[in-house]
Amino acid sequence: MPSIELKSVSNYVFSNLNMEIFDGELLVVLGPNGAGKTTLLNIIAGLAKYTGAVLFDGVPVDKTPVNERQIGYIFQNLALFPHLDVASNVGYSLMIKGKEEREIMQKVDELLQLTKIEHLKDRYPKNLSGGEKQRVALARALASSPKVLLLDEPFNSLDLGMCECLRKEIRQVQREMGITTVFVTHNLAHVAEMGDRVVALNKGKIWLMPPEMFKNDGDNGDRSHQDCLHCAIDCYCKHAH
Amino acid sequence: MKSSIQGSYRVKEMFIKKFFVGLLPVMVFIILWESIAQLNLVPNYIFPAFSDVMLEFYHLIVSGILLANLLCSLSRVLVGFLLGSVAGIAVGIVMGSKDVIDKSFHPIFSLLYPIPVLGWAPLLMVWIGINDLLPVALIFLCSFFPVLYNTITGIKSVDREVIKAARILGASDRKILSSVVLPLAVPNIFTGLRLEAGMAWRVVIAAEMVAIPTGIGALMMRSESLLRMDVIIVCLMVLSVMCLSFERIFQVMENRITNGWR
Repeated sequence: MPSIELKSVSNYVFSNLNMEIFDGELLVVLGPNGAGKTTLLNIIAGLAKYTGAVLFDGVPVDKTPVNERQIGYIFQNLALFPHLDVASNVGYSLMIKGKEEREIMQKVDELLQLTKIEHLKDRYPKNLSGGEKQRVALARALASSPKVLLLDEPFNSLDLGMCECLRKEIRQVQREMGITTVFVTHNLAHVAEMGDRVVALNKGKIWLMPPEMFKNDGDNGDRSHQDCLHCAIDCYCKHAH
Repeated sequence: MKSSIQGSYRVKEMFIKKFFVGLLPVMVFIILWESIAQLNLVPNYIFPAFSDVMLEFYHLIVSGILLANLLCSLSRVLVGFLLGSVAGIAVGIVMGSKDVIDKSFHPIFSLLYPIPVLGWAPLLMVWIGINDLLPVALIFLCSFFPVLYNTITGIKSVDREVIKAARILGASDRKILSSVVLPLAVPNIFTGLRLEAGMAWRVVIAAEMVAIPTGIGALMMRSESLLRMDVIIVCLMVLSVMCLSFERIFQVMENRITNGWR
């Protein structure tokens, strides 16, 4: 699995951004709305324009087209194909690679089982709940055996219970498969449980955050920071600066 | 067992109810028509009774006149509509997926689209002459522009995130077009086809009335000069059925294709 490096990346959000994501880790990227979290993911995926260099495993991928970067991406709105049923959504990447139908079906079945949605195989996205759609999006992203998994605030539209459940499942799947993952969120509740490392985006700059800052144990965790993400990041960045 | 029998009985009852609710006004209309005509307030050759129209309908079918003229009109509609739709879809796909081409050709098509199709008739009469090609060319123009615009709209209204998702999953531009964009544009394309399928019949009748000696429109014009209102009404009925059938065919096709996901 590759480590991802961003070297002197600049565009309309970032100026001279440098960061590294290690092999197999789950990096949580935190930041308020408009901080550039999605843009960061889009730069890694090749969907946004930038200057500088992005390297996968030390190899620059700036000239590599999006469809050849081997990335799994779960969009904020999930972007499931509305005209395809669940099985076809999940098997899409294999279908376009011209894999044999038997092979596609086998892989799709495996992923549906992994994400616990075997029973939804023949349904269309419009007939799925928020949590079910989320699982389909995860299975679809994993189907192409990506080297990097990018998750863009995937729990936004879910209730708390479902959110926690999926958070654990994604973490488990990520650990099992060892995929380098970047998880973007503006919700502090996701941070403590999910990330190996946590970084915050603030005013076009990136800051490594201490994980203990997000421990919600009520004693040594700073509650005021838990309440206000803006304040938490601002305070920390000023202090660190 | 008992509940399934009750269920099927209920479905039957609903069907019968629906059928009669739709049929009743038609029956009332026909009865009124027949009654007024039988009162002889207006000469029969100007306002024929429904029974006379049906009798003429039978004569026209037996003599083969109706079928021959219908086939003439139908073949013109099919050829013109098919060519116009295929061209509209093809150009629409190119314009919808390539911004440069869309921006280049949009002004020309925007100027040509609002011209009423029959406005082209005098020009086309000189250019291609008064022959079978004239109605075909008019139907082509009538189908081309709406199908073109609906195809462009359909392609442009596909969610950009869905296209990005396909690209990230490894699809090339061509694959994205065939496996994501076109299937999602189908409802829009079919809206254009459905509307223009009926319009094609209206145009062919107008063209045949003006310039062509065969077809349903020509038969109506000949009947008008002979004061055969019964024949004209038969032609109008056939025309109505054809327009409706064409629209329905596309409705059914659209439902089949988009069944489940819409």
